[in-house]
Amino acid sequence: MSQNVLILGATSGIARAVVRRLARDGDCLLLAGRNEEELKRIANDVHVRAECRADTICFDALATDEHAAFVEQCIAHFDDQLDGVILCHGTMFDQAEAQNDFALAQQMIQTNYTSAVSILEPVATYMQARKQGYICGISSVAGDRGRQSNYIYGSTKAALTTYLAGLRHRMANENVQVITIKPGIVDTPMTFGVVDRNSPLVATPDRIAQDVVRAIRRGSPTIYTPWFWRCIMTIIRAVPERLFWRTKL
Amino acid sequence: MCTNAPTILLGGWGNYPLAECRLHRPGTLATLKKISPLHENGHLIARGLGRSYGDPAINASHNVVLTDALDNLIHFDRDSHIVEAQAGVSLQTLLDVFMPRGYFLPVTPGTKFVTLGGAIAADVHGKNHHRDGSMVSFIIDLQLLTASGEVLICSRDENREVFWATVGGMGLTGIILSARLKLLPVATAYVTVDYHKAANLDEALEQFDTGDAQYQYSVAWIDCLASGASMGRSVIMQGNHATMNDLSERQRENPLAPRRGRALPMPCHAPGWALNPLSVKLFNAAFYRKHKNGRKVEHYDPFFYPLDGVNDWNRLYGRRGLIQYQPVLPRETSRTALVALLELLTRSKRASFLAVLKSYGPQNDGMLSFPLAGHTLALDLPYTGRALLELIEAMDRIVLEHGGRLYLAKDACMSRATFEAGYPRLAEFKQLCRQLDPRGKFSSSQSRRLGITEAIA
Ligand SMILES: Cc1cc2nc3c(=O)[nH]c(=O)nc-3n(C[C@H](O)[C@H](O)[C@H](O)COP(=O)(O)OP(=O)(O)OC[C@H]3O[C@@H](n4cnc5c(N)ncnc54)[C@H](O)[C@@H]3O)c2cc1C
Ligand SMILES: NC(=O)c1ccc[n+]([C@@H]2O[C@H](COP(=O)([O-])OP(=O)(O)OC[C@H]3O[C@@H](n4cnc5c(N)ncnc54)[C@H](OP(=O)(O)O)[C@@H]3O)[C@@H](O)[C@H]2O)c1
Repeated sequence: MSQNVLILGATSGIARAVVRRLARDGDCLLLAGRNEEELKRIANDVHVRAECRADTICFDALATDEHAAFVEQCIAHFDDQLDGVILCHGTMFDQAEAQNDFALAQQMIQTNYTSAVSILEPVATYMQARKQGYICGISSVAGDRGRQSNYIYGSTKAALTTYLAGLRHRMANENVQVITIKPGIVDTPMTFGVVDRNSPLVATPDRIAQDVVRAIRRGSPTIYTPWFWRCIMTIIRAVPERLFWRTKL
Repeated sequence: MCTNAPTILLGGWGNYPLAECRLHRPGTLATLKKISPLHENGHLIARGLGRSYGDPAINASHNVVLTDALDNLIHFDRDSHIVEAQAGVSLQTLLDVFMPRGYFLPVTPGTKFVTLGGAIAADVHGKNHHRDGSMVSFIIDLQLLTASGEVLICSRDENREVFWATVGGMGLTGIILSARLKLLPVATAYVTVDYHKAANLDEALEQFDTGDAQYQYSVAWIDCLASGASMGRSVIMQGNHATMNDLSERQRENPLAPRRGRALPMPCHAPGWALNPLSVKLFNAAFYRKHKNGRKVEHYDPFFYPLDGVNDWNRLYGRRGLIQYQPVLPRETSRTALVALLELLTRSKRASFLAVLKSYGPQNDGMLSFPLAGHTLALDLPYTGRALLELIEAMDRIVLEHGGRLYLAKDACMSRATFEAGYPRLAEFKQLCRQLDPRGKFSSSQSRRLGITEAIA
């Protein structure tokens, strides 16, 4: 059955791939982001590809004051039938730079974590009342353990993961699914030039999107994508601190 | 938020030559337009999916801009079946989206893993050139980001000169942002293919001549190691789009299915000796023996894209890579030239695993477009250093003597003189580039090697 879905940060590499797959399934989409021109381009693309409907709406994750009204507007857009919200926006700055410039650290915290709380609370309240819907958040394996090379970004994702876990608990008996996605390394503008695109550890956005859409359809609580990251992170989490300190991770 | 431009060792599909390039991969049109080398002192060249063989899509010590993330479809008009898309869209995507609706690509190269932009920049041709011409025959117009940062709409009427310089212009006029392409309505995703074995070159050329009027698609696989009376023996495959009536019961269940099966991986480079004269000779002989004369109804995928079944098949040629050698020879001289080339090849015992012969129709107005009325031969030659380069020089001489030229999309090593002799409209092209791009921002390893653009101090 076709669903009405809001995608936050729809211009992100991962979101684009998710959007194309949802469109193929026949969902009605509302694409939110701060680059309106690009959002329109994506909406057109899915319209041509899948002959499905997609609209766009302006959204700035940092403008938390406006989030409650924004959620109202999205609900109204779908005639009071918002079935799913996928949170894809996020930002990552170089660890060393963020260590020396709190503004960068703060921007990561606000974009990746603060905005999630401010936007998803009104969504959750709406879905809880309606006793229906799903909330899917793109967190990261980076939140599974603090590592010297990326802990400021990682901690924002740890906060998001914990937040989503709590929300899932709250919704356990409300027929609202809360889904946490933990991608490994994905070939998007976020990682371009930081990782080797040809490494077997780097997945395409479409590979991630396939798992995201499957998790949504099944209502899985938490997934790692691609799956092998679950094994990698189990090991990384299990390494005792003193041993971990000797690594360059 | 990384504006990183990593420096990476990059090659073409032949993995020869390789060079360190600064790589950019804009994720949005806005970031592409703001890209630093366009606005600061810098040199850049666009790169699609890197399916050209030699060095047109690399830029030693300079910038390479990947366009494959800019792959949105913009519009589709049902009545005229014209699709507008960003240049980074792959032909595979167009097939996946439009085949189920009953449209095929009007022209397609032997792989679907190329971008629309790359297909225009090389003005690619398919097995239907004798009838339909090259890619540009179906391009309505295109948008070009030029060195000044301006976006020009180019067509046969508007910015005409820039249009004819850009098709086949190997990225040297600017970055193609989007284009409108007229798709071909088809009844099914299948092709009826007639196989015909030719015992030698004369029979093969004859088969092209007699078949050209009757078949939309025509191609020969040619055994370059057969000598003497069977020199040039070939298996010729000629086909037309199949109608529903041609299909078997099973094929009729899903007549417009876009793809079948998954590609096999080629996980690493094969050792350098894997392709040797003996293994290739055995393969060629087996291929010739295996095929019988007669008709088959084939899905378009194996017919048009036999090599796409194995990902990264170029690794079969080992780390040293390969050179693809593709000349075209005018109809009047093609037979003698082909004989001379085949004699040279059989004498040198150079193995070409895959050699393809096609016939072309008339040339178009593209200033550097490759095809001209005649025959083209495409050879894959494992790179073996000096000895191979010498063989290629000898082949170049034959091609020039017979009034032929070489395809820029396959070229890794031709000399300036060879290039200049083959492309009489070069001066016009250079003149136009100087107007569009006075500071010579657009430049590639190939364009500097061939003197199309100035050397960089
Ligand atoms: C297996 C195989 C079979 C092939 N068969 C054929 C065939 O039958 N017929 C044929 O004609 N060719 C054939 N080719 C060659 C291929 O079609 C061309 O090289 C094509 O240009 C590759 O497209 P690409 O997107 O990979 O471009 P790239 O290889 O990345 O780039 C090729 C050229 O196009 C330019 N370019 C790319 N994108 C843009 C853009 N957006 N704007 C401006 N310039 C741009 C680059 O600067 C470069 O000069 C074959 C290649 C392979 C690997
Ligand atoms: N790539 C990876 O390896 C990886 C791994 C694990 C998790 N993730 C997570 O996956 C999600 C998607 O990332 P991606 O890899 O697809 O990266 P991306 O392409 O760089 O996307 C980041 C997105 O966030 C948006 N954004 C940033 N700040 C915003 C703001 N203030 N308001 C609105 N939108 C804002 C950006 O919008 P603009 O287009 O307007 O800039 C962009 O759409 C992120 O949460 C990321 O942390 C990525």
